[in-house]
Amino acid sequence: MRRPFLFWFISPAALVAAGFLLAMAAVLQYAFLAFIPGELQPGGFTLQNFREMMKPLYAGVFFDTVKLCFLTAVLALLAGYPLALALVRARNPYVKSAILIISVTPLFLGEVIRTYAWIIVLGNRGFVNGSLMALGLIDAPIPLLFTRLGVVVALVHVTLPVVVIMLAAAIAHIDRDLERAAAALGARPLRVFWTVTLPLSMPGIIAGLTTGFAWTFSAFATPQLIGGGRVNMVSNLVYSLGFASFNFPFAAALSVAGLVLTAVALAGFRLLLRPLHKVGLT
Amino acid sequence: MILAFRLLVLLLLAFVLMPALVAIIAAFEARAIIAFPPQGFSWRWFERALNYEDFRTGFAHSVFVAAIASTLSVIIGSMAAYAMDRYQFRGKATLEALLLAPLAIPHFTIGLGALILAAQLGQSRGWPVVILAHVVLVLPFVLRSLYVSLKNIDPRLEQAALSLGARPGRVIWTVTLPALAPGLAGGWLFAAILSFNEFTASLFVTSQRTQTLPVAMYNYVREYADPSMAAISALYILLTTIVLVIANRFLGLGRILGTEDGRN
Repeated sequence: MRRPFLFWFISPAALVAAGFLLAMAAVLQYAFLAFIPGELQPGGFTLQNFREMMKPLYAGVFFDTVKLCFLTAVLALLAGYPLALALVRARNPYVKSAILIISVTPLFLGEVIRTYAWIIVLGNRGFVNGSLMALGLIDAPIPLLFTRLGVVVALVHVTLPVVVIMLAAAIAHIDRDLERAAAALGARPLRVFWTVTLPLSMPGIIAGLTTGFAWTFSAFATPQLIGGGRVNMVSNLVYSLGFASFNFPFAAALSVAGLVLTAVALAGFRLLLRPLHKVGLT
Repeated sequence: MILAFRLLVLLLLAFVLMPALVAIIAAFEARAIIAFPPQGFSWRWFERALNYEDFRTGFAHSVFVAAIASTLSVIIGSMAAYAMDRYQFRGKATLEALLLAPLAIPHFTIGLGALILAAQLGQSRGWPVVILAHVVLVLPFVLRSLYVSLKNIDPRLEQAALSLGARPGRVIWTVTLPALAPGLAGGWLFAAILSFNEFTASLFVTSQRTQTLPVAMYNYVREYADPSMAAISALYILLTTIVLVIANRFLGLGRILGTEDGRN
């Protein structure tokens, strides 16, 4: 086929892609430049930023971030699966729409509002503590805000919508005749789910887990405000290094390391889940 | 078992909804604190939120940025999606990978990169940087929803028009574009909402002069503890829900998000 307008059609997108590439190259370049305190302009080439990162303080934040992201992705997967299944399988169109809208609304509220709402839920005089105290179940508020538990719960809420979308897309593509065949052969609903539906939705599970992990890694306001400085993620470290100490080279180096780490973690997920995928007979 | 499953789904939906409901209730608190159960009833935090200068300018900035960024991404995205769907060309896979990459890259990295690049170009924190960062961030979503729409257009319609003697430009204008219209509208809306909400990258690339609403709200939460933020959240939640319900009614949210494939 002839390709009329090809050049005009892809040029604007190519410009955007080039801009993105240049921005990423700028981060990479800064990661290898020396920080001169009191100066906004970085100095010459150095590996010092990456050496600095090995310090327990920073390595600890990395380790913590990965743990938080993994935990959040798994919990979001566990919570998201029933929602996605109900969304795809609901017969009543109103129920279907309601489940979809409720599940994705948080995505369209942005991280700031969701995080703020969780502050009201988790605070000492917040919804959970206020309700429990009004019911006389506790005398003094349980600390929830500024704890890991609080951060994880809020992160799961932030990550859940994407995981639901990924899972629903995969479940929607399952051929229902396979389930019907299993049922016709005498399998009970739970067995049909366990031996047919779940294995066939494995691509969605992998996509949900990896996207959930990457999405959580990107979270900034949630760990910053709910963690209140006690739970720090790489994103918070990058921001405070940039805007509190103007150490942009080190912030850039942390970003690069974060990217590499996410890529390795995602590749690891795929490798780990591959045998599972095979056992699932897909 | 079906009952237990339904109960579980209801509980999960309640978990998703609960924070938003709690924020809405807290917005009507009469005192100057956030506390449960609220005491008294007052509209005054809504009044304060609507009159708060940073929220007003932030809202105007967000509308401005979202309108331009989503329009640009739909124009750029639809042309690119069409070319990538219908043509084979060198570098296609690379271009597509680059355009979709921002999905997998943390927003703080993209924000930091945009900030450094802008500083190097002497364009620090102006509108072009903010808008460009938003275009980069929402383009993957626009592309995704446009691919789905393009796949649903029967290529024979275009071939028929071509074989009847229409020139390619006319085919695109009279056949492809009208068939693509719902997809374009859906993509535009999706992009506008995402850009309106974009926070982390905006925090890096905006200044006091260009701060968007989410950035203004973030700064407010850090400084004040009164229910004004709950009031603005309540308005925000209301607005978003209305937009989503309308989008679902007219464009099919499931189709925009790719959670349906029509066979079920």
